[in-house]
Amino acid sequence: MNNIATFIALNRFGLGIAPGESDGVEADSRGWIKAQIARRQTVPAALRSFPGSASIMKEMHEARIESPEKLREATRRHNRQTFRPEVAARARHMITTDKPFAERMVLFWSNHFTVSRPKSIIGPACPAYEREAIRPHVFGRFEDMLTASAGHVVMLSYLDNNRSVGPNSRVGKRSGRTINENLAREILELHTLGVDGGYTQSDVGEFAKALTGWTHGGTGGRRRRRPVTGGFVFRNATHEPGTKRILGKTYPEDGVDEAKAVMHDLARHPSTARFIATKLVRHFVADDPPAEAVERIARVFRDTDGDLAEVSLALVDLEAAWSEPLPKVKTPHELVISTLRALGIHKVAGRTFNTPLRIMGQQPFRAPSPQGWPDRSGHWIAPEGLLRRIEWLRAIAARAPASETPDVLLDRLIGPVASDDTRLWVDRAPSTDAAVALVLASAEFQRR
Amino acid sequence: MLDRRSFLKLCCAIGAASANPRLAFATVPTENRFVLVLLRGGLDGLHAVPPYADPEYGRLRPTLAVAAPGQENGALDLDGSFGLHPALAPLKRLYGEGQLLVIPAATTGYRARSHFDGQNMLENGSGIPFGAKDGWLNRAITSLNQGDRRLGLALGPAVPLLLQGEAPVATWADSPLPKTSEDFLQRLAHTYRGDPLFARALADARGSMAPSMESMPDGRNQRSRAFEIAATAAASLMARNEGPRIAVLESQGWDTHFGQHWRLTRLFGQLSAGLIAFKEGIGAHWQRTAVLVVSEFGRTAAENGSRGTDHGVGGLALLLGGAVKGGRVTGAWPGLTPAALYEGRDIRPTTHYESLFKSALIRHLGASPSTVEDKVFPRSRSLAPAENLFRTG
Repeated sequence: MNNIATFIALNRFGLGIAPGESDGVEADSRGWIKAQIARRQTVPAALRSFPGSASIMKEMHEARIESPEKLREATRRHNRQTFRPEVAARARHMITTDKPFAERMVLFWSNHFTVSRPKSIIGPACPAYEREAIRPHVFGRFEDMLTASAGHVVMLSYLDNNRSVGPNSRVGKRSGRTINENLAREILELHTLGVDGGYTQSDVGEFAKALTGWTHGGTGGRRRRRPVTGGFVFRNATHEPGTKRILGKTYPEDGVDEAKAVMHDLARHPSTARFIATKLVRHFVADDPPAEAVERIARVFRDTDGDLAEVSLALVDLEAAWSEPLPKVKTPHELVISTLRALGIHKVAGRTFNTPLRIMGQQPFRAPSPQGWPDRSGHWIAPEGLLRRIEWLRAIAARAPASETPDVLLDRLIGPVASDDTRLWVDRAPSTDAAVALVLASAEFQRR
Repeated sequence: MLDRRSFLKLCCAIGAASANPRLAFATVPTENRFVLVLLRGGLDGLHAVPPYADPEYGRLRPTLAVAAPGQENGALDLDGSFGLHPALAPLKRLYGEGQLLVIPAATTGYRARSHFDGQNMLENGSGIPFGAKDGWLNRAITSLNQGDRRLGLALGPAVPLLLQGEAPVATWADSPLPKTSEDFLQRLAHTYRGDPLFARALADARGSMAPSMESMPDGRNQRSRAFEIAATAAASLMARNEGPRIAVLESQGWDTHFGQHWRLTRLFGQLSAGLIAFKEGIGAHWQRTAVLVVSEFGRTAAENGSRGTDHGVGGLALLLGGAVKGGRVTGAWPGLTPAALYEGRDIRPTTHYESLFKSALIRHLGASPSTVEDKVFPRSRSLAPAENLFRTG
């Protein structure tokens, strides 16, 4: 590989350089990315055999209603039979795919609309959530992804909307139960407007009322049994009746469609365009996103009502995305995926994938909060974090294919951006695997 | 587009511009040590420190109540009203030596029952969940320390929100990966010369202190020993004169909705083992140490139908160390009668964690009261620092 544009296309927009991959990119780097942008996204073959969230959650809720022991057993079984195999298949797909930009966007949006395993009942269904609510929409409409995520049983449980009851609803009046604002607040703060997006506590409360009734079909208890379904259910009995006033607009009582109408407007709010554009530009240009690039992406987002294919095309066309070769640092997940891609290691086992990510602090679907994983270099390149990365890269270097000498590997992976120092010290390395490890542990390989 | 040569020049220019003069010998404001132990999931205070003398206790906890002192597996009496769970026996001696202060019915200002919000509010210190993107302990360190001396220490692969923010903190995590040779790191450091972020992080990692591995307990990489190992590492680092002064230790798994008796017996054992390992490891500095054990909230007063407890407001704080004026149960006890319970179900909180945190910062670590009120805990001015927690100040 001999040009910086190829390096940027494969690393910044892709997931790292698989053997032979740059050949098809060199002629037209931007075209290679754009060719991956297709409005209709199908679930990759490797992920099609996994069960849907409705069937997983049905079993989980039935086990929960049965007894704590049954729930523990179901969690263990699903983690073994569903979660771990799907996470491994997803990793394998990301390592082998020839459409890595689409996968990067799945990771970006999955992180934007984070769900996380530590809430144990949804744990096994987190990959299904990504497959059902995120994947189909990464080049579709933002509004569709927003409503798919907010109406997904995993998100509804993760952010407690299943516990939210309108105080004047039938159930609320009988039980005294009331609103849980968690989902409403996070949609406003983390998914759409952003924390400075101009909403008030009253907007949160009113939006939460509009969202009451959005739940799953596993809300029964041991005493109050009702048929269990694992999918989305609108329960009119918990829906707060009456009009709601959100961001200065009145929404008449409209049952399940009320919250959809609110999200339709949220998806088109200028604060949302700005917030999403800021995060995208931070991801593809720099930790501190340049204002003019943010403005440009925000404008495309606004003008197209959040058409993510258009927004993605605009990202590829940002000059700022092509002017610096190494502004961003790979997250641990990106580092592990790109290393396995680079070395052609397609077998994803606990030792090659889960263990390093646990040690580096970024296990899949384990983000520490609804905010998702941080997207700034400083968070990941702290002293302890860097040492863990180096230790793992030093160890995995022994598995590099013997067919490639270290200098060939260097040219293939970081050729256009390698510093003279890196070349010199790889050349001087005391052994082949130390030389390979120096290539992998170089700042150039750990950046994108 | 930049070619490689001009990119290198740019990197060097950035490096020169951002290379702050290092203050390797920045004045350390205090010799005192402070450790915050965060039990994630919501600790059941009634199980850790059972109010065995309260007649309501047995009524609310028909299967879970800890037996009274003197009975089989009974509580260890503290003051005639409260006892310690038997699995916390190692802490009983500290109580006897006046080094353990027990504060029941304590929690943050958070009054709802979500783990995320509760933990976030405990950690961000702004008085509202997600009200700040950095942690109060990091803001406190920034105010204590104008130089770049790493006063804070995070144990584990990621830095908890409590310690996230502007002030750089030291970190340590147990790793099963083979250690990389110094020779390799030396060579790698040469390749990082043009990259200030990587160069600085690697230099800090190589120059930073590693805990003494001789003192490490057996059973590394066992989940059940993780807390003890982290505590031992913290003690080893904080015992050094040039080491960190403030550390955060985390422990998971306290969300005991079911099977609480068995789970808490195990967790109390791990917690006690870790705290005692810390005391042993830090040696003479224990006299200048305060360890505050907190959780995002407490649990329901009554047990639920699964021999567990659900999220509840009022919890517990334990303060221990040679610097602590202990040997007492302090703070008002609201009791467990139906009328006394918060919203008819939880322990009514009477002590605010924020008051304890402020007291630790001001009285124990010497932070300025105005900075604590303005920067570290904005919006909590009405909660005065708790009095009478420490031997000095």
